[in-house]
Amino acid sequence: MAEKTKMKWNIKDIENWGWKKVPMGATIQEAGNAAYYKTGGWRTEKPVVDKEKCTNCLICWINCPDASIMVNDTKMEGFDYDHCKGCGICAKVCPPKAIEMQPEGGED
Amino acid sequence: MAKVATKPKAPAKKTKAKAITVAMTGNAGCALAMKQINPDVVAAYPITPQTTIVEEFATYVANGVVDTEYVNVESEHSAMSACIGASAAGARVMTTTSSQGLALMWEELSIASAMRLPIVMHNVNRTLSGPINIHCDHSDSMGARDMGWVQMFGETAQEAYDNTIIAVRIAEHEKVLLPVMIMHDGFITSHAIDRFDVLEDDVVKEFVGEYEPKQALLNVDDPKTFGPFAMPAYYFEQRRQLRAALDGAKDIVLKVSKEYGKLTGRSYGLFEEYRLDDAHIAVVVMGSTAGTAKYVVDQARAKGMKVGMLKVRLFRPFPSAEIAEALSHLKAVAVMDRADSIGALGGPVYMEVKAALYNSKKRPHVQGYVYGLGGRDTGPDQIETVFDDLKKVARGVESPREQVTFLGVKE
Ligand code: SF4
Ligand code: SF4
Repeated sequence: MAEKTKMKWNIKDIENWGWKKVPMGATIQEAGNAAYYKTGGWRTEKPVVDKEKCTNCLICWINCPDASIMVNDTKMEGFDYDHCKGCGICAKVCPPKAIEMQPEGGED
Repeated sequence: MAKVATKPKAPAKKTKAKAITVAMTGNAGCALAMKQINPDVVAAYPITPQTTIVEEFATYVANGVVDTEYVNVESEHSAMSACIGASAAGARVMTTTSSQGLALMWEELSIASAMRLPIVMHNVNRTLSGPINIHCDHSDSMGARDMGWVQMFGETAQEAYDNTIIAVRIAEHEKVLLPVMIMHDGFITSHAIDRFDVLEDDVVKEFVGEYEPKQALLNVDDPKTFGPFAMPAYYFEQRRQLRAALDGAKDIVLKVSKEYGKLTGRSYGLFEEYRLDDAHIAVVVMGSTAGTAKYVVDQARAKGMKVGMLKVRLFRPFPSAEIAEALSHLKAVAVMDRADSIGALGGPVYMEVKAALYNSKKRPHVQGYVYGLGGRDTGPDQIETVFDDLKKVARGVESPREQVTFLGVKE
């Protein structure tokens, strides 16, 4: 996944900010910050691609509702596991069945 | 006594604005103030006894004398939701309600304050159902006392008008940025025609100024997320900050009221002291009953009794230290609540005053009274009995009552 340009709003150590420092009204001071919220932990199954079978058709990339298919130079390069929810849509739509859903927690 | 000027004076600096004396109901005064403020958005739903405010204001909108976007909503829940959306967008927003309407706004009230939105709302005091009743007591706004709103109570139509204008400046002050709820008594103040002074439109316009939101949803050059989810790691600090903002509103209430006083000659503080300086006993009241209490104080004073009154204007934030100080020299105080906090020690004002005094070195005996529920008339005779009770406590003939006394209820 393409690296997001750094936010101007410095949120370093935000979990430990005191009440005088937190933004008024809980407003999130800068838009476009969803990439910083790692939601991959919700996943119970993860997609794994077999690049031997993959034809780089990018149908998985079009269909992934979470923009979690990583593509570089028109090649499918795997998954953004920080944000992939494990919904299995990519595996379902892949024409050569190159994506397999594997249970989480069984391996590292 | 007028003094004869010995030499011609330089023309006085024009500080006081021209007063226009009107005869109007309190609600018409509030609608007029809203017209003069000319808010960007009003989203409101009619409910007795507030209805005549939105009705009159709707006429101003229909006649094109204001620029306000008037949102006709299907309920108060929607009214406050629309106000929150409009205020977050960056608009100056006002609304009005009463009783069940305020109750229906419940979940939005604390969102408005938590999002730090300077919405100004009249709550024309009417009792909460049930049994259903349209008349005055303070149970509606008292239920909302922990919602993070500034709450100001007015005694007269004059105060209802003045508070409307003052409230805008308090709400939008950069150190406050909180919603403000202004109260006056349903029917007693809202529907009775009173004589009072109003300002010219331009003077109000200048006093309230242009609203420049600190952060706004519609500011596309600086996009922000409003009203996000806050997990346990973030929620508590938000609430602590909100508490600091509301506490800090006290100074701004004084500052803005003082500035308004210079303009109009009508000065308001956090509370009003009436013949309290050298009093031995006093009543604490809120709202229109203060007028009756002043009359009773004058009658008693004419008989040589050292009695006084304190009228609470600002209820949230509650000016505890200032009220404790103002009451410290008294022998006995009665706090009269037009609402009961059922199951608690007594009414809400009573509990605040008693708690405020607890750590004071010098403190009077305090006893609580609940009066006028559901619009039950509270005449001078009831307040006289309160002073009679206080006399006995002050002289040590009776010990202060632990139980709250219900004034005017049929036994
Ligand atoms: S499993 Fe779902 S979220 Fe994850 S990459 Fe495939 S389509 Fe996207
Ligand atoms: S859909 Fe299947 S074949 Fe096509 S790019 Fe994705 S993984 Fe490769």
